[in-house]
Amino acid sequence: MARKLLLENINVPGIKSFDVYRANGGYRSVEKALKTMSPDDVMEEVKKSGLRGRGGAGFPTGMKWSFLDRKSDKPRYLVCNADESEPGTFKDRFLMEYIPHILIEGLIVSSYSLGSNSTYIYIRGEYRWIVDILENAIAEAKHNGFLGKNILGSGYDLEIYVQPGGGAYICGEETALIESLEGKRGNPRMKPPFPAISGLYNCPTVVNNVETLATVVPIINMGGDEYAKIGVGRSTGTKLISACGHMNKPGVYEIELGLPVDEFLNSDEYCGGIRAGHTLKAVVPGGSSVPILPAELFYKTKEGVARLMSYESLSEGGFASGSMLGSGGFIAMDETTCIVRNLWNFTRFYHHESCGQCSPCREGTGWMEKVLHRLEHGHGSMSDIDLLVDIAKKIEGNTICPLGDAAAWPVASHIRHFREEFEYHVKFPEKVAHSPFAHSADYKRELNTVLQ
Amino acid sequence: MIKVTIDGVETEVEPGTTILNAARQIGGDLVPPAMCYYSKLKGSGGKCRTCLVKVAAGSAKDPRPMPKLVASCSTPVQDGMVVQNITSPEVLEARKGVVEFLLINHPLDCPICDQAGECHLQDLAFEHGSAKTRYEEERRSFDKIDIGSKIQLHMTRCILCYRCVFTANQITNERVHGVLNRGDAAEIGTYIENVIENDFSGNVIDVCPVGALTDKTFRFKSRVWFVKPMYAHRNCDKCCGKTTIWMKGDEVFRVTGRKDQYGEVEDFICNDCRFEKKLTSDWTVEGPAPIQKNSVQAQNKYLQGIKVDAPKNIGYGNISDR
Ligand SMILES: Cc1cc2nc3c(=O)[nH]c(=O)nc-3n(C[C@H](O)[C@H](O)[C@H](O)COP(=O)(O)O)c2cc1C
Ligand code: SF4
Ligand code: SF4
Ligand code: FES
Repeated sequence: MARKLLLENINVPGIKSFDVYRANGGYRSVEKALKTMSPDDVMEEVKKSGLRGRGGAGFPTGMKWSFLDRKSDKPRYLVCNADESEPGTFKDRFLMEYIPHILIEGLIVSSYSLGSNSTYIYIRGEYRWIVDILENAIAEAKHNGFLGKNILGSGYDLEIYVQPGGGAYICGEETALIESLEGKRGNPRMKPPFPAISGLYNCPTVVNNVETLATVVPIINMGGDEYAKIGVGRSTGTKLISACGHMNKPGVYEIELGLPVDEFLNSDEYCGGIRAGHTLKAVVPGGSSVPILPAELFYKTKEGVARLMSYESLSEGGFASGSMLGSGGFIAMDETTCIVRNLWNFTRFYHHESCGQCSPCREGTGWMEKVLHRLEHGHGSMSDIDLLVDIAKKIEGNTICPLGDAAAWPVASHIRHFREEFEYHVKFPEKVAHSPFAHSADYKRELNTVLQ
Repeated sequence: MIKVTIDGVETEVEPGTTILNAARQIGGDLVPPAMCYYSKLKGSGGKCRTCLVKVAAGSAKDPRPMPKLVASCSTPVQDGMVVQNITSPEVLEARKGVVEFLLINHPLDCPICDQAGECHLQDLAFEHGSAKTRYEEERRSFDKIDIGSKIQLHMTRCILCYRCVFTANQITNERVHGVLNRGDAAEIGTYIENVIENDFSGNVIDVCPVGALTDKTFRFKSRVWFVKPMYAHRNCDKCCGKTTIWMKGDEVFRVTGRKDQYGEVEDFICNDCRFEKKLTSDWTVEGPAPIQKNSVQAQNKYLQGIKVDAPKNIGYGNISDR
């Protein structure tokens, strides 16, 4: 069995409650940090651990913390990003729902290090029931002296507040999240200034993902150096992967980074392989925004090197033949999946979730969705395929926030790797019009026979 | 003062100046077009992306190029920065894309739009767009809304530049005018068609780069190229009283703020001056207003070679579309 750091005690009955969590070694890191370490010591350990943000971008957390403006006399804030709305990603939900105290514990230690006395958990509105779970956990922690004034006699004060959002994907972007938290419309801000200088209420702010902050707990308990020994290269530690799609055992798995992708998808310890009688067609390894990989390129890089579940290995080959680990939303598709329909579905999501501030994303996402809708229903033309590529290219890199890129990447990669299937939709409109999936399995064979 | 080079032209500007304003100090063709930035509106800019430029060298200290094109209206220059605007094919290509995006959902109802002839989107499309559209889908449309008795919002034409939102934020303390919904369903709204109760609300008309916010007291009275803009002033206890009045014969057809070469008003004017003072006797006329460089009035774009019968020429299209 591989090492578990976050989900180690997930199956202990009653782990949701403070008492059971505490009896299983919970809140040790708070005692250790507040009694024996300075805030900077805590940051040093996080730096040494090599921890990278688990929210999608993979930015080194210790470095992000070191950018926080500690010289200004304004209050400093830590905000926990629990907006988790990327299609395919559901790991934060699992953590908060089943072992909420690990997040609260991580928040206390991190807030102590960053000097935040009011820390916010911004959670998506659809996770309504988790708000109650978290508030309950906060109340328990406070009742036991781990929150409030003068925690454990250290002189450090902290309150944690849970703020549900209205249910918008864009409010997961850190500056949109801050705007929303301030009670405004969730439009991303122009950067610079970065939140580390001017964030929530124009005060220095750090925004981190749920999993990132929970991971601070094992890091402080075991020490940064020890944590950094787990994993491979610059991908240190463990990562939660939310696996879904045509596999035998979808779910949330904690893996050691560097696990071979083959083992993750096909071993019984994890996903248990593709459902019986079917074969893998494609994988989106890190949530809907990252490029899709056809099965061949998923298992092995273009150079024939077996891929690992790590930041570096999955992005090997760049966007031409690689992808990204992203937020760990692992979607596996078998041969019955219609790639055009899948892309239409993704694009529909980005169209719906664009905040509408900047023209390329506001207009481009809608345009791509409409063209894809046409293609999928058998009303497309060959030039539509190039049009899509061109629209995606004109959005990418030209927008205020990365949602524009997130909408463009799937379009570019689906067409790059599965162009034939798009062409099939144009050539055989009657086959695709009424049966969105029926043709998928054998479109290649059909293409050949009909063309002869 | 710090040095910056734009399209090979070097200039010195105050620290903190944006690339766009540095370019405006140089002037000429190398000034990027700006559809959302408005120097008098705090917080504006960054949204339309027409002003994208390439930063070929970040600064003298760190001469690496910036990885992406940047919005020149909201990127401050660094000492020794090298910027490419019209000398970069990449920028021109991206800008063409932005113009196309701005146009796909625009109704292109110029023949029945009051803004025609002084519309920044027309100018932008004329200078940077392509002649054909690749957009075959249905365009989004909204119902017209009255914002009070003097201002009409024709959301279908809006490019969501947020200028009117910043104007409203600047003149009132409450949130009375903003954006509802998101993405391409976003719309400007006063929430249940409220009126902006403010002496300066009419300025949203002047800041709007397109025909989305128009003056109801001027609607369909005339095309702008048949009225003559004159600088005029009056003693006003609310605003500066310095305006442009648009006249035909002795009649004042409409009153607007005085606009500079980038289409920005010099000073905001009050609703009294704008909507109520429509007699020549209300004004002391100073003389003809300088005509903006790319205005149709300067280039006679529409009049050359076309026989125009003035009264018949206005208002074609469906009555119900107006
Ligand atoms: C459109 C968009 C949506 C995002 N949604 C989330 C999200 O739901 N959860 C999250 O943790 N990060 C999300 N992010 C990433 C955040 O902006 C930010 O990078 C992250 O919270 C930083 O935390 P980390 O360093 O711990 O990963 C999103 C980014 C973008 C551009
Ligand atoms: S890229 Fe899209 S989501 Fe991001 S600011 Fe622009 S319109 Fe909004
Ligand atoms: S109504 Fe005019 S000023 Fe307001 S956002 Fe739309 S285009 Fe801009
Ligand atoms: S003027 Fe710069 S983005 Fe609109």
